[in-house]
Amino acid sequence: MAAVTTPINSPRPGSSKAQIFGALWFVATMVVMAIGFYAAMTAPKEATMGNLYRVFFYHFPHTILSFLFPYLNCGASLLYLLWRRSNPSRALAADAFAVASAELTVLYASVGLVTGVLWGRAAWGIWWTWDARLTTYLLLWLLYVSYMLVRSFAMGGQTAVLSSVLGIFAAVDIPICFMSIRWWRTQHPAPVFGGSENSGIDPVMVHAVLWNMAAWAMWGAFILGLRYALERRRQLKETAQNAEFYGDSSLMEAR
Amino acid sequence: MNYFRCVMTHLRKDLQLEWRTKDAINGMLFFTLLVVVVFSLAFDPTAYPTIARQISGGLLWVALLFAAMTALNQSWAREVRNSVLDAQRLVAAPASALFVGKALANLIFVSAVEVVLAPVFAIFYNLHPLGQTWLLLLILPLGTWALVVNGTFFAALSLRTRSRELMLPLVLFPISMPALLGMIQATTNVLTGDLEPTLWIKVLFAYDVVFTTACVLLFDTILNTD
Repeated sequence: MAAVTTPINSPRPGSSKAQIFGALWFVATMVVMAIGFYAAMTAPKEATMGNLYRVFFYHFPHTILSFLFPYLNCGASLLYLLWRRSNPSRALAADAFAVASAELTVLYASVGLVTGVLWGRAAWGIWWTWDARLTTYLLLWLLYVSYMLVRSFAMGGQTAVLSSVLGIFAAVDIPICFMSIRWWRTQHPAPVFGGSENSGIDPVMVHAVLWNMAAWAMWGAFILGLRYALERRRQLKETAQNAEFYGDSSLMEAR
Repeated sequence: MNYFRCVMTHLRKDLQLEWRTKDAINGMLFFTLLVVVVFSLAFDPTAYPTIARQISGGLLWVALLFAAMTALNQSWAREVRNSVLDAQRLVAAPASALFVGKALANLIFVSAVEVVLAPVFAIFYNLHPLGQTWLLLLILPLGTWALVVNGTFFAALSLRTRSRELMLPLVLFPISMPALLGMIQATTNVLTGDLEPTLWIKVLFAYDVVFTTACVLLFDTILNTD
C-alpha cells in the first residue's frame, strides 16, 4: 500500500502562484486566439472553395496537435511506471498528467473529426470517405477512447498502472497504424480525394495558419494544466480521505 | 530452470488443462462455424464467386477474432480460480515466462481451429483461390500470433477491471487494427490473386515483433499490480 502511506509533498496545484499564472496564460491565449480569428477571417478567399476553406484554420491545428498529445501521454505513462515504486508522489503527478493529456487527445481529435466531416460534406459532397488520413485519424480517436474506458472500468488503485501500460501500447500503435493505412490506401487510390492537400498553402495564408496554430496550442496547454490541477486535487482529496480512514496523522499534515 | 524450460512448463500445463476439458477449442470451433453460416445469410457466396473471393478473407478473420475472444477470456479465468494467479506471483520463475507460455498455448488452440475451419470455409463459400495458396501457411500463423499475443496480454489486463469480459474487445480491437488490416489484406490478395501479399506479410511480421517485445517487457507490471 505504498500509495497510501506516502504523503504527497509536491507544491499544491491550487496555490495562488499557479492560479495567477493560469489566469495570465488564459488572457494571453484569448488574445492570440482573437488575432488568429481575425487573420483567419480576413485571409483572401480560396480559389476553388471560396470562404468554405476557412474551417481549415481550425481543422488543421486540432488535427496536428492531437498527434502530439498522445506522446505526452506516453511520456507521462513511462514516468509513472518508472517512479511507481521509488517515488509514489511524483508518480501520482505523472499519472495526473497522463489523464489530462489523454482526455485532451480525445477532445482535439473529436474537434478535428467533426470539423473534418463538416468540411468534407461541404467540399466533396460526402460526410466521410475511407481515405488514408481519415482512417488513421479515426483509429487514433478510437485508441484514446478505449484508454478512457479502461480508466473508468479499472478497479481502485490499479487504474494508474493499467492505463499507463495501455498508454504505452497506444503510442507504439500510432506509427504502425499510420504507415499501414497509408500503404493500404496508396494501393487502391481513393477516387473522391482530389489531392488538394498536397499542393501546400499560399504564402498569404501562412500567417493565419501560424496564429491559429499558436492559439490552439496555447488553449490546449491551458486545458491540460487545468485538468492536471483538477486531477491533483482529486488525488489529494483521496489521500486525505484515506488518512482519515486509517487514522494516520502524518498524512493529514501533508494535506 | 532456464527461461525456455519455464515457458515449456507453463505451456504444458495449459495444454494439459485444455486437453482435459476441451472447453476453449470446442467453444471456438462451434462459434466460428455459426459465424460462417450467419455470414452466408448476408449474401449468397456460391452464386457470386468473385465477391466471395473478395470478402471471405475479411469474414474468416472476423470470425476468428470473435472466436479467439471467447478463448482468451477463459484462459485467464482458469488462473483466477483458487487464487492460482497469486501463487504464480510468488513463483521464482520470470513472470513473462507465464505470459509466453499462455500465448503459445492460445496460438496452438486458435491454429487448431483454423486447420479445421479453413477447409470448411473453402467448401461452404465455394472458394477457388487465384493467388499462391501456400502463402496462407505464413499469413495464418503470423496473423494468429498478432491476435493472440496482444489478446493474452489484454485479457490479463482486463482481469483487473470491472466487467472484464466486455473490457477485452474494447481494448484489443483498436490496438489490433493494423494487424487486422494486414491479415485481411494479405488473405484477400492470396484469394483474389490481384496483388502480391508480400507487403502485408512484412507489416504483420513487424507488428508481431514490436508487440511481442512490448508485451514481454510490460507483463511483469501487469501481473504485479495491486
